[in-house]
Order: sequence, then C-alpha cells, then structure tokens
Amino acid sequence: MIRRRGWKRWLLALAVLHGIVACAGFFAPYDPAAQDRERPYLPPTKIHLVDTQGHFRLRPFFYAVHLRDGSFDQFEESTGQAIPLRFYVTGARYRLLGLVPSRMHLFGAQGGRIYLLGGDAYGRDQFSRILYGGQISLLAGLLGAGLTLFFGALIGATAGYYGGWRDGLLMRVAELFVALPWLYLLFALRAFLPLAVSPVQAFFLIILVIGAVGWARPARLVRGVVLSARERDFVRAARGFGATDGYLLRRHILPETSSVILTQAAILVPQFVLAEMTLSFLGLGVPEPVPSWGNLLASLQQYSVLVSYWWMYVPALAIVPFFLGYLGLAGALQQDAGTEKIERASGASRW
Amino acid sequence: MVKMARLSTIGIWVGWGLLLAGAAVFARPARGFPPQSSPSEELFTLPGEIGQRGGRLVVSLRAEPKTLNPLTAVDAPSREVILGAMQADLIHINRATQLTEPALAKSWKVSADGLQYTLTLRKGLRFSDGQPLDADDVLFTFRVCLDESVHATQRDQLIVGGKPITVRKIDAQTIIFQLAKTYGAGERLFDGRAILPRHLLEKPYAEGKLSQAWTLATPANQWAGLGPFRLKEYVAGEKLVLERNPYYWKQDAKGNRLPYLDELVFLFVPNADAQVLRFQSGETDLISRLSAENFSVLSRQPRGLTMSDAGPGLEYNFLFFNLNEQGEKTSPDLARKMKWFREVKFRQAVSAAIDRDAIVRLVYQGRGAALWGPVTSGNRRWGNPSIPHPARSLEKARALLKEAGFTWTTGPNGESELVDSDAKPIEFSILTSSSNADRTKMATLIQDDLKQLGMRAQVVPMEFRSLIDRVTQTKEYDACVLGLVSFDTDPTADLGVWLSSGGTHLWNPAQAHPATAWEAEIDKLMEQQLAAPKYEQRKKYFDRVQEILAENQAMIFLASPDILAGAKNSLGNFHPVVLEPYVLWNVEQLYFRNPVENAR
Repeated sequence: MIRRRGWKRWLLALAVLHGIVACAGFFAPYDPAAQDRERPYLPPTKIHLVDTQGHFRLRPFFYAVHLRDGSFDQFEESTGQAIPLRFYVTGARYRLLGLVPSRMHLFGAQGGRIYLLGGDAYGRDQFSRILYGGQISLLAGLLGAGLTLFFGALIGATAGYYGGWRDGLLMRVAELFVALPWLYLLFALRAFLPLAVSPVQAFFLIILVIGAVGWARPARLVRGVVLSARERDFVRAARGFGATDGYLLRRHILPETSSVILTQAAILVPQFVLAEMTLSFLGLGVPEPVPSWGNLLASLQQYSVLVSYWWMYVPALAIVPFFLGYLGLAGALQQDAGTEKIERASGASRW
Repeated sequence: MVKMARLSTIGIWVGWGLLLAGAAVFARPARGFPPQSSPSEELFTLPGEIGQRGGRLVVSLRAEPKTLNPLTAVDAPSREVILGAMQADLIHINRATQLTEPALAKSWKVSADGLQYTLTLRKGLRFSDGQPLDADDVLFTFRVCLDESVHATQRDQLIVGGKPITVRKIDAQTIIFQLAKTYGAGERLFDGRAILPRHLLEKPYAEGKLSQAWTLATPANQWAGLGPFRLKEYVAGEKLVLERNPYYWKQDAKGNRLPYLDELVFLFVPNADAQVLRFQSGETDLISRLSAENFSVLSRQPRGLTMSDAGPGLEYNFLFFNLNEQGEKTSPDLARKMKWFREVKFRQAVSAAIDRDAIVRLVYQGRGAALWGPVTSGNRRWGNPSIPHPARSLEKARALLKEAGFTWTTGPNGESELVDSDAKPIEFSILTSSSNADRTKMATLIQDDLKQLGMRAQVVPMEFRSLIDRVTQTKEYDACVLGLVSFDTDPTADLGVWLSSGGTHLWNPAQAHPATAWEAEIDKLMEQQLAAPKYEQRKKYFDRVQEILAENQAMIFLASPDILAGAKNSLGNFHPVVLEPYVLWNVEQLYFRNPVENAR
C-alpha cells in the first residue's frame, strides 16, 4: 500500500529547506546588515573558471568589481585581480540557531566580497539577506500557524463538544472573523500599535496580529469533526463507563481531529508567511536593517528599481520552494486522511 | 517676493516631486490675430534663442489645481499653473539669474530711506481678454489682497513692520508703495503677486464673493490674466488646457511676440512613476522634479530625449533632535533622552559621524551635494563660504562624546555600546516620512553610521501628516529626518524656520521666548538683516546666522538633491533652473524646433 509515504518525502524536503534557513549564519557569507557603500545595486558576481589568459582553474574565482568612473550604478570587473572562492572561511560573528557562537561560513573570499545574488541599495549582500530574511518570515509563519491552530482547536473543540449556546456564540464570532477583510484589519491593528518598536517587538506583534485574525477557519473545521466524533459509538461507550469530559476530549475526540489540524497547518504556514511579507512589504513589518522576505521586496515599489535591477526580484522566488513544499505536504496529508476514512468505513484495520 | 515658510505648505516643500512632463505637438498655422507690436506698446524684450511659432506642449501635473484664483491658491499645483503660466507680477525674480527684473512695471525707484517704492507700469498693456491694464487694476489688486474679508493667502507678507503697505496712484502709469519699516527684500514682495483685472472682479468683490470667484469651472470668457497663456478648457480629473495669450507683453530679440507655443496642456498624473511612464511613451513632452533613479532610467534610453541636471536646488535635508522644553506630559524616558540631545557636543558628534558623501552617492546617485548649512550651492548669493566642511571623522565624534561625559561598555553581543553618565545605553528613534524613500534611505545610512559610535538608532517611517503632528504638536519624538525647499534664494523666505517664534522652527517651534542664547542671537540677526537696506549688510548678518547654526547643530544638514529634468530633443530653450518652477519658468520662450514633424 502506498499510503503514508507521500508526505514523508515532502516533509524531508521541507526540513532541508528550513534547515538551511535556520543555519543562515553558516550558509550566508556575510552579516545581513553589513553595508558596502562603494557598491550600491551591485549585480550578481560572475563566477569564473577560465581566466582572461584562457587558463582553466580548478578553484572557481571571481574578479573584484568597482564603479565605472563617473557612474553611480555601472560596474566593471578589474580583471587583474582574481579572487578565489574559498570554503569554510572565517568571517562575521553569528550565533548558529541563535545559540552557538561561531565565525565559520560555508563559503566566502578574502580580499573582496562575493555577491551571489547581487547587492541592494546599500551594498548589502542579497544572498545573505534572503537567508536571514527567511528566518523572520518562516518563523512568523510557523509561530502564527501554531498560535492559530492552538486557539482554533481549543475554540472549535469547546464549541463542538459542548454545543448549545456556547456553540452558537463561538461560531457566530468565528463567522464574523472569517467575513472580515483580513488585510485591512491587519492595517488597522498595526496602526493602533506603537510605531517606534524594536525589530523583536515588531516581530511578535506581527505574529499576534496574524494569530488574532486567523483562528476562525481552523476552529470551524475542528468543530465539525468534534461534532461528528462526539456521537460515535466508542465515545458514547466511554461516556457510559463514566469518562470525564476532559478524558473524552483528550483520549477520543481530539485525536480524531489530528488529520484536519495537520492539513490546516500545512496550508496556514505559507499563508501566514505571505501575510508577514505583505505587512513588511507595506512597511508595517520588521523595520530596517533587519531583513525579511517582505521588506526585501519593498524596494520593488520604485519604478526605477523595477526596470533596472532584475536581481531585486530574487527574494520573490525564494518563497516558491517553500510554498510548493507546504502545499505538497498538505495535499499528501489530505490524501492520507481520505484513504484512512475509506479504509475505516470499509472495516479495514487501522494499522 | 518673500514667501514665508508656513506650516501648511510644508507638504509642498517636503513632498514628492511635482512632476511636469512634456507635450504632444500639433503643428498649426500661426493665427493671424496677434497684434504686431505697435509703438504705443512698451513690450519687454527677452534675450535668447529665437524660436518658431506653433505647437502644443503637454506636461503632467501631480494633482488637479484646486482653484484658478491667485488670491486663495495655496496648493502647489494651483500656484504652479497660475503663477507659472497664467498671471504676471509687477517685479519678477528671474529664475535663472535669481535677481529681480522689471515685469509689468518697466522700472522702479526706491527712496533713500528704503520706505517708498515708486513703480512705473509699461504702456499699452492689455489683459488676455483685450481690456487695457492701468494703475487702477494694481490698486484694486492690493486693496483686495489686504482686505481681511477676502482671506488672501499672501496677506501677511504685505504687513511690514506691523502695518499694511499703503498704495497710492500718481497717474495712470505710476504707483507709490509706502512701507512702515525698511524691508531689505522689498522688491521681492512683488514677485508672484498676480495683478487682477478690475473689470472682471470688481463685481464679485462688491458682492463679497471674491474668494469664491475663478474656480476651475469658470468659463474662459469670465477669466483674464497677464501671463503668457489664458484659460481655454478644463476637463475634470483629466486635464487643463491653456491657449496662447495674444496680448502677452514680451517679445523676442527679433520682435516676435511671445509665447511661441499655441497651447499648453496640463495632464493630471498623480504618481511620480506614472509621470515617468507617460514621458517615456511620449504622451508628455517634458518632465521635471525627477528622482535620481528615474533620471538615470531615462538617461539610459536616450531616444530623442534631452536630460538635464541643473545642479543642487534649494532643498535642504537635515536631521534634528527634539530640543523642546520639557512639559508636564513629557515621559521620563523622553526627558532622559532630551538631556543628551541638549548637549551640543552630542549633536556635533552625530554630525561628525555622518557620512554625507555616502548619502549623496547612495541616495542621489551622486546627483546632489553634501550640506553643512542651509544654503545650498544652488543659491548663488547667500551662501557663507567660511562655514567649515569637515570630512567624516569617527575619532572626532568619539572625542566629543568623551568630553561630554559619555563612555563605552561592551554590549551583550560583544559590540561596544555608548552609555551616558547614568550607564544608560544611548538609544533613540529617527522619524522619517514613509512616502519619501530618499529620506528613509538617509535615515538608514545614519543609523549605520551611528552604530559605529555605539549608538542604537531605529528608523521609523511614518505617514507624513502624523509625523508633522508629532514634531509640531505632541512633540513626542526623539529625532527626525526632514527636508525643506525654500521658495526663494532670499533668507527672508525661510524666516519661519530660523526665528524661534516661527512655526517651522522645527526643533523647538513657536517659542514665546528664545530658549537659548544662540537662538536669541539668530532672532536678532534675522530682524537686522530684514531691516538693512543693502545686500552687503544683509549678507553679513545672514553669514553670522549660518555660522551659529553650524556651531550649534540644531539641524544637522545632510544633503541637497540636484534639480533633474528632461524634455524631448525638439523642445527649444529648455533650460531647467534650480528655482521653482524648474522648467516652466521660461514657458513663453519654449518652442518646438520642428512643429510639423512633431505633429501627430
């Protein structure tokens, strides 16, 4: 049988992607806020294997780049100055996973900076910023989804299990939240909050804002599952044996909702990553100089950047593998849940 | 003319570029109608390239003008259209030479005490509807301007030394203006003050409806002016079409009556990027107030475009700290920070640490100039050359901070951290306007500069109106990056910024008494320069003002952007200047070299 295989592959792919972002300090060659004021909007560094004399070199190298005389955005390579690419170099300080202090970077160079994906208006390395930016955006998505699902499950289970007026009240409130135009609500909420906030505060504010508006949909789904589970024979039997509400919910009912919650999680994470990006894109998210995928894209609001510097679009591509991963995972989980249901209905054993 | 810096107009100065763009051209046979200059007319002859008649110039305007009434116009688009193309003044500031020159008045005399101005009008002038102009129109204009019930926006400027200017008619051509107090920039009072047609506006004035007269919906035959163009058609939300004024009072060196163009069309295009797109597609013929980025985008596609960099304009950008008095409502946190900000060595250290060259390079792509004082190099007559231009020096900044009692400790992540005498870390936020990408960029660079001194600064982009509210009303902020654009080169233009009682004295606005000795000294010097009749004397006073500003660093001046503009190659006499209106200042001389080829 092929069930319960698909999602593992997706999960593995996602774990690898998240691992790279989580260890951004190691994979990124530079500090994301380090400016190089001599090189604004530097195009991606060209990596060479063959030098100007036509000699092939085993170690990839690049040429130092400087502004063309009299220009402020045209660069040229100084072909006399070849800088070899090195691996496991010592560079800017960082803390691996936020804990282990280190100075080791996967790659780098001595005597010049390498810009794999170009530089921004302040000459900051776009590649490093995308990796570090991912930490903010993905963490916001994951924490936001966690928060949402926690409240969603709690409220949905309460409404579904107890029913009656509690159900009515909670579900009407949930409908209200579903019907709200969430983007405008985010604006309004953000506008009420203080403007001068540190990046850390801003980050948690975003998560709170995201969580506050997102709980309604999972709550409704969980309620539906709980409603049907509560009337199942084994639940009735357990209640007949004198099981308490808490025990019933914990042991019999909530496990029934697990597939719904997992699928929801896989759908909500990318949705909330996008919400963070929207807020940051519009200048309501984490402030400069901390990168996030949203504020990396913010410079594209300018027409001149849009038509002049193609590498400023790259952060938009960074999210694509993550979204594919999450949506693939959600699809696989849903399929699994479906197969499971059919099997159970036809009397097949669970394991 | 003196344009007082009023708070309500900060929006205009600080704003996004009001872009003018260029035009589609229709070759039309020159109308037979313009009366040739007759000996009874005293036309003003302009030097410059001789142009060709005909054509239609299309430019874009950031917003729809709110009115065509020069008395009540406050918004930048209205003023641009009215003063730039539709109306004329008695004495005009030549935007290229920055000096006053005769306009409707062919000459003027100032009495020895500087109190009396005698102006002689040109003979034989006519409004755009053919009615003659005489001294009674001038008298009428000043009477309604000074009438409080009209609510003319420029009324304040006609009150000199506490008393309104009195105007007397000697004969049909001669008028005497009497001032209560000597006013150094007196001639400039007349610039931008449109002379109104009595025959059209006397009736609404008598009915008390003058301030409602001349809206955009006014029929063209109810409107008349002395500018190069007159009203033709207004299409709400889309465009304003002006046609050539056949009675205009200027001619070129060959005796051809100006203007050359048949039509001038203003398209309403609200967004700077959209204006660039219209210009690129050829819908408009010229564009001004370009950002450096858009300028280089257009320069890279030179298909028939002339791009022009007129050098630094009169915009000065600066960082300032909150130097207000502590009130009861001041939070203890802000009060603690204000103690640092008041320390002049702290401000000097911040100034020394700022990399102004990087600002010019990264924010303006090199199309700008670093600033150490409010007078930019675009202002030819008022800069003080002895103001020092120290290069960036972190060592000097550290020495100044040390002298002021600040010390360094090691922060949690191993970086050095600046602390005050109470061992509190130096942290503050810098406000910028979220709609102005340039200033946000400056603040981000300053943040990085100050990090190297161990200061933790945060950039807070904020909606412009709430920013101004914070700075001038609630006064709850630490520091702010802002910019001002002087309307005129004369220091009187920014009186409200330098006087401690001024509303735009941003670091501590509208003080009842000057808070510091140096602010009191600036107040005195500004009054003195205002009263001095001679330029040399006035310059000496204002030089001292600039020195005091440089010593005290209440405003830490950063940089000034170049005035950037572009036009189709076929547009002749296209000479952008650093004074507003940057391109249309010589609209009467603009012409198309090949009106037939340009026809579409």
